[in-house]
Amino acid sequence: MENAKGHVFRYEDNVDTDVIIPARYLNSSKPEELAVHCMEDIDKDFTKIVQKGDIIVAGKNFGCGSSREHAPIAIKASGISCVIAETFARIFYRNAINIGLPIIECAEASKEIKAGDTVAVDFQTGVITDETTGKSYQGQSFPPFMQNLIDAGGLVNYINAK
Amino acid sequence: MGMTMSQKILAAHAGLPKVKAGQLIEANLDLVLGNDITTPVAIDVCEKMHGKGVFDKEKIALVMDHFVPNKDIKSAEHTKQVREFAAEYGVVNYFDVGEMGIEHALLPEKGLTVAGDLIIGADSHTCTYGALGAFSTGVGSTDMAAGMKTGKAWFKVPSAIKFVLTGKPAPFISGKDIILHIIGMIGVDGALYQSMEFVGDGIQYLTMDDRFTIANMAIEAGGKNGIFPVDEKTEEYMKAHSHKTPTVYSADPDAEYTAEYTIDLSALRPTVSFPHLPSNTKTVDEAGDVKIDQVVIGSCTNGRISDLEIAAKILSGKHVAKGLRVIVIPATQAVYLEAMEKGYLKTFVEAGAVVSTPTCGPCLGGYMGILAAGERCVSTTNRNFVGRMGDVTSEIYLASPAVAAASALTGYITDPAKV
Ligand code: SF4
Repeated sequence: MENAKGHVFRYEDNVDTDVIIPARYLNSSKPEELAVHCMEDIDKDFTKIVQKGDIIVAGKNFGCGSSREHAPIAIKASGISCVIAETFARIFYRNAINIGLPIIECAEASKEIKAGDTVAVDFQTGVITDETTGKSYQGQSFPPFMQNLIDAGGLVNYINAK
Repeated sequence: MGMTMSQKILAAHAGLPKVKAGQLIEANLDLVLGNDITTPVAIDVCEKMHGKGVFDKEKIALVMDHFVPNKDIKSAEHTKQVREFAAEYGVVNYFDVGEMGIEHALLPEKGLTVAGDLIIGADSHTCTYGALGAFSTGVGSTDMAAGMKTGKAWFKVPSAIKFVLTGKPAPFISGKDIILHIIGMIGVDGALYQSMEFVGDGIQYLTMDDRFTIANMAIEAGGKNGIFPVDEKTEEYMKAHSHKTPTVYSADPDAEYTAEYTIDLSALRPTVSFPHLPSNTKTVDEAGDVKIDQVVIGSCTNGRISDLEIAAKILSGKHVAKGLRVIVIPATQAVYLEAMEKGYLKTFVEAGAVVSTPTCGPCLGGYMGILAAGERCVSTTNRNFVGRMGDVTSEIYLASPAVAAASALTGYITDPAKV
C-alpha cells in the first residue's frame, strides 16, 4: 500500500456514517456523486478545501451507525489518503479494509494531532509522523490476514485470486 | 476456557471444535441480507468478482424497504437494478412493494432466521436476529457481495460482555427502555467489537418483540452482535413462523466475559435518549418540558404488533395534541394487516395520526416525515444523530412506543403512566 501524506482535518468522537454521507444522498451509489456531500452536515467546508492525499484524524468510534459502505467510499473518493482514529466502529473498519481505504488506530495521535498539521503515515511500520510538530506515534498495524486483504487491494481481488 | 454462545455458533460454522476471542476465521453463512440501498453497491461489486451466479438462491434475502415505495427516480432505478438481479439469478427471497416490510421485522416473521444461524446483512441492524439465538451481524456491501458469491465471510471472533437481566419490568417498561438504559450506561462504544450476551431470570418476562428491540440496538452500543438464550417463547415463535430446523447453543459455564453487568428490570423507568447520541439518556422523570413537533412510531426497532398495540391503547378515544404530526408505520404487511383487524389503525386515524405503508421512511431521513430546522421529534427509531431525520438543527428523542404515544397526546415528552 502507498504511504499517505497530507493536511489534517480533525473531528471529535463518534463521527457517524449519517454525517459522513447523509442518507438523503444514498439514492446514488456513484463514488464521485457521494464525495460531493462528504461530511457536509458537520463540516460545510470539507469538500471545498480537501485535497488529494489529505488525512482525517478523529477520536473514538469513528464511523459508527449505519453500515453504509457509501461512507468509506465517499471519504476515499474525496481524496482522503488515510483516517487515523483512537478507535473505529467495527462495520466501518471492515468496510474500509474491504474497499481499500487505509485506516489506522492510534490513541495518542488521535489526541494530539491538530487540524491543518502535515502528517505522514508509513503503513508498513504503522508509524505516524506529524511533520508540523516533529512528533512520531506508533499506530496499530494490521494482523497478517487483514494485511493480505489490503495488499491484494481489497476483498474482491482477494477472492478472485483464490 | 469455555466458549460464549456467540463463539459456539461461529466455531460450528467454521468447522472448528473451538475458537477464541481475536481469532480470524472464515465461516459458512446461513443467510445473506441486503436492502435497496446496500444491494446496488453489492451488485456492482459482484460484477467485479469472478464466476457467475450466487452461492445459494434460497439463502439470500433482498428486501426493498428504505426508499420503497420509491421516493424519487434515483431510488426507483436502484430498486429496479435489484429486482432485475433477483430475477436473473432466481433469488427466492426477494421482497418488494406489496409483500415487503422493514427487513429486520420481516425476516424473522417469514421464518428465514432461526436459532443457531450465522447471518450477515448489509445493514447495521442485522444484529436483530440475536433475539432468536442466532449470530447475526451487520457488514458492508462488499462483504455482502462476497457472501452472495461464496456463502462465506471472514470474522474476527469477538469477546463478550454479559448482561444479567433480573426481575420483572413494571407496566410501560419495554425492551426499548431496557436497551436505552444499557446504552446510557455503557456508551455508544461500550461494546465495541464485542458480543452482548443477555442472560438472567428477567428474560422470561420479555416478549419476543421486546427481545428483537433489545438485540436490534446492540449496534448502538458498538456491539458486533446481541444474543439471547433460547427459551419456550423463542421455540414457540420459531414454530409459528419457520420451517427451518433451529440449533440451540448455550454458553459454556466457564465462558470468559470481559465485563458483567446486572440490570434490575423492576427498577427501570421509561427512558429517553436526548439528542444527538443514543447514549445520552434520561428517564422520563428527568426529561423536563420538551415541546415536540412530530412523533414517529415505527422502524425495525419498534414497528411490530405489540408496539402498535400499546400505542393504540394509549391513544384510544383521545386526540393527539394540536399542531403535532403523528406518523405511525407498521413494520411489515403482516403487522399492518393485524393492526387493521384489531382496530388499531382506526384508532390512530381517529386520534389524528397518519398511518403509512411499511417503510424505513423517516427513520433515516429518507422521506415520509422529514424535520425542518429546529424541529423536535419523539421517535421509536434507534438513532438520533445530527441530521438523521432532516435538518442538521432538528432534534430526535428516542423512546418506547408507550412514551411516544403519551407524548403524542400532550405535545411534550410524557410518562405514559400520566395520560
Ligand atoms: S428502520 Fe431505520 S434503522 Fe431500521 S433498517 Fe430501516 S433505516 Fe435502518
